[in-house]
Amino acid sequence: MEYFLGIDYPTLWFLVVGLLFSGYAILEGFDYGAGAWHLFFRKDLSRRIAINAIGPLWDANQVFLVIGGGALFAGFPVMYATMLSSMYVPFMLFLVLLVLRSSAIKFRSAEKMLWWRKTWDITYSVSNILISFLLGVVLGNVIEGFEIGENLSFKGGVFFHFLSPYAVMVGITTVALFMTQGAIFLLLKTEGRLHARLTFLLKKGMIFFIVSFSVMSLYTLIFVEGVTEKFKEQPISFALPILALLAIANVPRLVSKKKYMNALVFSSLTMSFLLMLVAFQLYPVLLPSNIDPKYSVTIYNAASSQKSLGIMLTIVCIGTPLLAGYFLFLYRTFNGKVELDDTSY
Amino acid sequence: MDTEILARIQFAFTIAFHYIYPPLSIGIGLVMVFFEGMYLKTRHKHYEVLTRFWLKLFAITFGIGVATGIIMEFEFGTNWSVYSRYVGDIFGSALAAEGLFAFGLESAFLGVLLFGWNRVSPKVHFISTIGVFLGSMFSAVWIVVANSWQQTPAGYHIVGEGFDARAEVTDFWAMVFNPSSVDRIIHVWQGAFLAGVFLVLSVHAYYLVKGRYVEISKKAFKVALAIATIVSLTQLISGHSSAEGVTVNQPAKLAAMEGHYEKSAPADLYLFGWVNDETQQVTGVKLPGGLSFMVHQDFDEPITGLNAFPEDERPGQVNAVFQFYHIMISIGMFLIGLTLYASFLWWRGTLFDKKWLLKIFVFSVLLPQIANQVGWFAAEMGRQPWIVYGHLKTSEGFSQEVSSNQILFSLILFLVVYSILFLLFIYSMNKKIKHGPYSEAENPDEFLKHV
Repeated sequence: MEYFLGIDYPTLWFLVVGLLFSGYAILEGFDYGAGAWHLFFRKDLSRRIAINAIGPLWDANQVFLVIGGGALFAGFPVMYATMLSSMYVPFMLFLVLLVLRSSAIKFRSAEKMLWWRKTWDITYSVSNILISFLLGVVLGNVIEGFEIGENLSFKGGVFFHFLSPYAVMVGITTVALFMTQGAIFLLLKTEGRLHARLTFLLKKGMIFFIVSFSVMSLYTLIFVEGVTEKFKEQPISFALPILALLAIANVPRLVSKKKYMNALVFSSLTMSFLLMLVAFQLYPVLLPSNIDPKYSVTIYNAASSQKSLGIMLTIVCIGTPLLAGYFLFLYRTFNGKVELDDTSY
Repeated sequence: MDTEILARIQFAFTIAFHYIYPPLSIGIGLVMVFFEGMYLKTRHKHYEVLTRFWLKLFAITFGIGVATGIIMEFEFGTNWSVYSRYVGDIFGSALAAEGLFAFGLESAFLGVLLFGWNRVSPKVHFISTIGVFLGSMFSAVWIVVANSWQQTPAGYHIVGEGFDARAEVTDFWAMVFNPSSVDRIIHVWQGAFLAGVFLVLSVHAYYLVKGRYVEISKKAFKVALAIATIVSLTQLISGHSSAEGVTVNQPAKLAAMEGHYEKSAPADLYLFGWVNDETQQVTGVKLPGGLSFMVHQDFDEPITGLNAFPEDERPGQVNAVFQFYHIMISIGMFLIGLTLYASFLWWRGTLFDKKWLLKIFVFSVLLPQIANQVGWFAAEMGRQPWIVYGHLKTSEGFSQEVSSNQILFSLILFLVVYSILFLLFIYSMNKKIKHGPYSEAENPDEFLKHV
């Protein structure tokens, strides 16, 4: 096995995938979250402003989904194949909803008819909520473990096996987290009446998040196997949920001080800590098997060859600064409050 | 129906639908780079109007291309899990490179391209246009590299046996530059250029026929015609080179393309025809020994036919491969004739006098689209029964754990959503084209004062 800085390649790639997924959650978190609030804005103009707040950015943010998926395929093909084929129905729904969501952004403001806009508004809001929910559901399934038998193949399931109570809880929590993130982002991009309404909505969102998160955490500690053991093994890891709580607790304070950028950073930190917690709980497993732990998909039995991982780590080292440069340029160009003009949606 | 057939139908449908859009965006992107470049160079407002107009059509096309493209990335895992495990080590790095180098470039600059007119200087905007165009070209590179590796694997070795068998990369550059990738990348690029350029030609020919936007349409038509003529002609070269590669690397595919069954005999070249797989006969108009001549420059040189391969190692749908291949060639030839004749009239100074020719251009937008589709059909069906040529069969590659009901469910979902999407695409393109580049009540220079 080859090492870099004392860390083996599959672990490094695990970190890369983790970073990409965090980036996806943070950036598309505010995109999906902003969309989830859509029907809570009453005026047509408010809805247009909300869409145009993510207008120039969402395509770029989506890159994290594409690269994240690619990184999983490239580095852990077994994980990619097993997870996607076992979670067939939720992923197909997720993909179709993504198409509907993109269409809503593109076509909503293209016509003036009331029925047209109303249809797209509902499509947009519902698809954003369901996309966030399904992402959480898949994560919940991964934490609970799959019916993986010999040869890393999936044994379980009929149509709706993916909707276990726990997965639903993680799904709802994800919606709440994204909605919090989305509201903060919109606060950053709006002014006037809409801004005031968002301040009000954010409070509701935070309560929604805290309630769903508490219920889910309790359920995790009591019913999901192995979680408490992992904490006992490594007591230091208990810092992660505490950090996540501290970070989210800081958000209302910053919002009341009108420091929205900082608030966004802290709610993003919450997401990263929670994902780190999941990663820490799982490592080195990627997909726990409920049939027998020896059938679990791990970063070692799922990984590509050392040679291939080495090539891809090189690609990442070259690509990351480039990507960071593009993002900096894009975000700087569209810094500040939304201004509608003839190019807007 | 069984899972394999459903998985294949779903993949074919989603990829064929997806492939309407990216080639269009690449082609329109190329024309936009020319328009905006001319604008920066000449500062002529006409070119600014043209750039802005095509940007609107580009935005719709590009958006649908991205939305339907993400589905493709995940469909490998959902429906072709065995295949994904088998090729992940190789295919994955191409996909990852696509995401990082190409998709990142195009998506980040897209925001500035679409919404940046009033925020950045014209030069920076032009750079963004180039960024998006290059990004879409690079995307094509990595995707075609991955597909070419399936056609002509190189730079790998097979590790493990049975279920655990998979291909692992041994030489990255040999994998990237596998025997068919360069020819096919160029061929695909050119097909994409033609798809976009012919849309530009079609729209402006339509305006010229209707007598609307005459001045700027003439300008746009000439730029597009110049590109179309050069690309149609050079397409012939990359096509020929690609066919020579098929002869060496995938002889069964070549034999299917011309319906050549005999184990070793001089092969004919058909203008058109119909293959009867039962009797192994082709009925049609042919040049005897023509294929032998194309390949070996000798009418009597034998070519390996389909019967030289075991029954289960040669394409099953010979007639389909034959037809798709011949439709592509015929369209390619027609486009060469059309663009050369139009260029000749341009040189004579009578290009815009011939209404009937402009009308042909209005409808010719469909031809490169059809050629792109059937070309891929021929390439992919000609590769059968292999999913990775010579190593893994399509019948072994699909997800065993997914039931046919699940695929039926997703297939119906795709059919419904994609039909709506296609109608929306046609509707909004049509609306923007009918509306035109600027309000006709005022002349373009007048119009621009208000922008």
